[in-house]
Amino acid sequence: MVSRNALAALSGAAVLLTALAGCAPADENSPSSGASASASGVACPPGALATRTAGKLTIGTDTPAYEPWFSDNKPANGKGFESAVAYQVAERLGYPAQNVVWTDATFNNAIAPGPKTFDFDINQFSITPERRKAVDFSSPYYLVRQAVISTEGSKIARATTLAELKSAKLGAQVGTTSYQAINELIKPETKPQVFNNNDDAKAALENGQVDGIVVDLPTAFYMTAAELDKGVIVGQLPQVGVPERFGLVLDLDSPLTACVSRAVDQLRQDGTLAVLEKQWLAGTGGAPELS
Amino acid sequence: MAGRHGRGPRTVVSVPFHRPSEIQRGRIAYRRRQTIRSVLLAALSTAVVGVALAVAVTGAPGWERVKQSFFSPEVARRYLPDILEGLWLNIRLLAVCAVLALALGLLIATLRTLRGPVFFPVRALATGYTYTFRGLPLIIVIYLMAFGIPGLRLQGTPGVLVLGGAALIVTYGAYLAEVFRAGIESVHPSQLAAARSLGLTYRQTMRHVVLPQAIRRVAPPLLNDTVALQKDVGLVSLAGPIDAVRAAQIGVAQAANYTPYIVAGVLFVLLALPLIGVTDWVTLRAARRQSAGS
Amino acid sequence: MLLSCEHIRKTFGAQVVLDDLSLEVDEHQVVALIGASGSGKSTLLRCVNLLTDIDDGTIRLDGEDITDPRADPDLVRRRIGMVFQSYNLFPHMTVLRNITLAPERVHRRAAAETRSQALEWLDRVGLADKADSYPDRLSGGQQQRVAIVRALVNSPRLLLLDEVTSALDPELVGEVLSMIRGLKDEGMTMVLATHEMGFARQVADRVVFLDGGRVLESGPPEQVLGVPTEARTRQFLARIIEAGRL
Repeated sequence: MVSRNALAALSGAAVLLTALAGCAPADENSPSSGASASASGVACPPGALATRTAGKLTIGTDTPAYEPWFSDNKPANGKGFESAVAYQVAERLGYPAQNVVWTDATFNNAIAPGPKTFDFDINQFSITPERRKAVDFSSPYYLVRQAVISTEGSKIARATTLAELKSAKLGAQVGTTSYQAINELIKPETKPQVFNNNDDAKAALENGQVDGIVVDLPTAFYMTAAELDKGVIVGQLPQVGVPERFGLVLDLDSPLTACVSRAVDQLRQDGTLAVLEKQWLAGTGGAPELS
Repeated sequence: MAGRHGRGPRTVVSVPFHRPSEIQRGRIAYRRRQTIRSVLLAALSTAVVGVALAVAVTGAPGWERVKQSFFSPEVARRYLPDILEGLWLNIRLLAVCAVLALALGLLIATLRTLRGPVFFPVRALATGYTYTFRGLPLIIVIYLMAFGIPGLRLQGTPGVLVLGGAALIVTYGAYLAEVFRAGIESVHPSQLAAARSLGLTYRQTMRHVVLPQAIRRVAPPLLNDTVALQKDVGLVSLAGPIDAVRAAQIGVAQAANYTPYIVAGVLFVLLALPLIGVTDWVTLRAARRQSAGS
Repeated sequence: MLLSCEHIRKTFGAQVVLDDLSLEVDEHQVVALIGASGSGKSTLLRCVNLLTDIDDGTIRLDGEDITDPRADPDLVRRRIGMVFQSYNLFPHMTVLRNITLAPERVHRRAAAETRSQALEWLDRVGLADKADSYPDRLSGGQQQRVAIVRALVNSPRLLLLDEVTSALDPELVGEVLSMIRGLKDEGMTMVLATHEMGFARQVADRVVFLDGGRVLESGPPEQVLGVPTEARTRQFLARIIEAGRL
């Protein structure tokens, strides 16, 4: 009886595979778009880019949208570092605020292979070579540091070196560079705990289920200041190798990548990014470094 | 037939040799020819369809991309150890939770069948329990127990693995209780009459006569629920521990490739096969012994 | 007097099944209950065995009022054995285990002792080779004989038999009846509900005809089955004769 069912299952799988493979890949036949070309050679008609909806710019982010990157879980209100940057980029591309549409996109789906529901996504995505295989990144708009946070009285609250963290139970959100940092930099003795999102990680920290969690530095400041009861930043993790940076995520080989990158570059060159950083991420410097 | 099932003495009946008539031999020969023909036909058609499918799939325009995205051997090899490690967690949890959920379900079912007014609160609680936990989604129970309870900061709160396991036990226990109860009520009342007539107390009747029969009758749905439990144990990963699916998810995120999901899926199916095999065997055995002579 | 049923009344909802029924059984007596379906034969036996509660009346076993609410029904049932129309052997146990379960668990006798006694009984009824078989491997007649042995190993004061041959093929009825005859010779007190009038005539000391939940006629078999006094008894027997069972 088992073999008969196995046969049925195999046939079903074969049919499914045929169906999948039979669909020709979307851009196999379309002309190469040369996305990584120099920005100067590409035309970016303001307000008239090849967006999903003509005349509108669709921007994606996750829900809940965390502070200090957004405010009040309402990306459209323009408050919060990333919300502000997004609207600035949109403006440089020729899309004033009323032509900007926000859409939900979960963190993991945004950087997974496959077509996107947005023109670009802004959600604390670190640029990594592996992710580049699945999506396009714009020029970076923020330099990231990872930090370990804990609560007052925990055994790692006063740690100053990575070695002191080895015996701790740490946690991070799944699929993040924060999680990778735990395994690559700290290499703890017990496997780190993994959570669907930072809210769950924070709850676990408050409950004492983990000794500390790793998040990017601005999030660390916000959590310890506003969200955690007796939260404390243990320290920043050392920057090893290429500095980690946030970039906007676009569909693989998207025709918009060059223009969006140019807009971000403009924001950096004319100092807008620095201003926004000061405005929204003030007081997110000066955390101790772990050695 | 005697002795076929391996019980009781084997009686050998000697039958004098009977030479089939011409007609019968003709029939046998015809049927043999037909059988050979059908076997050949089946082999041929299988070969044709197999080759056609293989050509269709691998020759299709998108095949390379599908292969790369779902069946990449390097990605599979790289993340297999982590997924296996996560699977070990699934297996351990399954073993513990299945046993305890079955025990809890049996207990609740038995409590629900208690008669007499003095047991009313017990019956009411048991009934309330089965209604509540069959209605509550498992995810909510896990979140409540693995995040909510530790949040109370009570003395001696166990770790998330214990709490998550408890959530599974308590939710599946409700389903299993109903299965057991159906089994208990399906035992014919004449069995109870016979047992009570022998002077067996209610408890002895349950223990020796009703429950053994009830459990045998509902072994198939019980095992079915256990197969379902095997997959749900992975939800404990919501609270932090890394199970096979979570390990696959991490791999998928890191490699930007879906092969780890396929690997995890295959491992789960392989894990389920023995359990499914046992289920089928038990079903067969139970069907033979059921309602004998009553 | 071993068993005394006094003015028993039993209703199921609106239906009156036993209506002011009185019956006495002396030790070593065999009483056959006859009557149409629904006349209350099975219900009476179930009431005597305390499987069903009575609505009114008293039942005494060895002088003791077993229908007293303070009486423990489990203890009472240890002294009464019952055999059912559909044998009701436990299908998940071997024949031997079926028989030894109650002596071990209820009467707390040693396992070795109950086992040897059970095998002795099985040998006596010619079923020793079936001791380790499961009930589904036995014929109806064999199962019923096992059921009787199962009831007897507890040495009951009284044996109740509820139409024990009605579910059997005709050629298997004989072996069960002959076993019951053997029990009578050994002095077992029995009340049997039966359709086998010929057998009742041979084995019973008294035949009781139930009609509408009451004892309509009671007396020695030659009288009740031969020359009944009541018209309804005659009607009933006439139908039985027509069906070829007398």
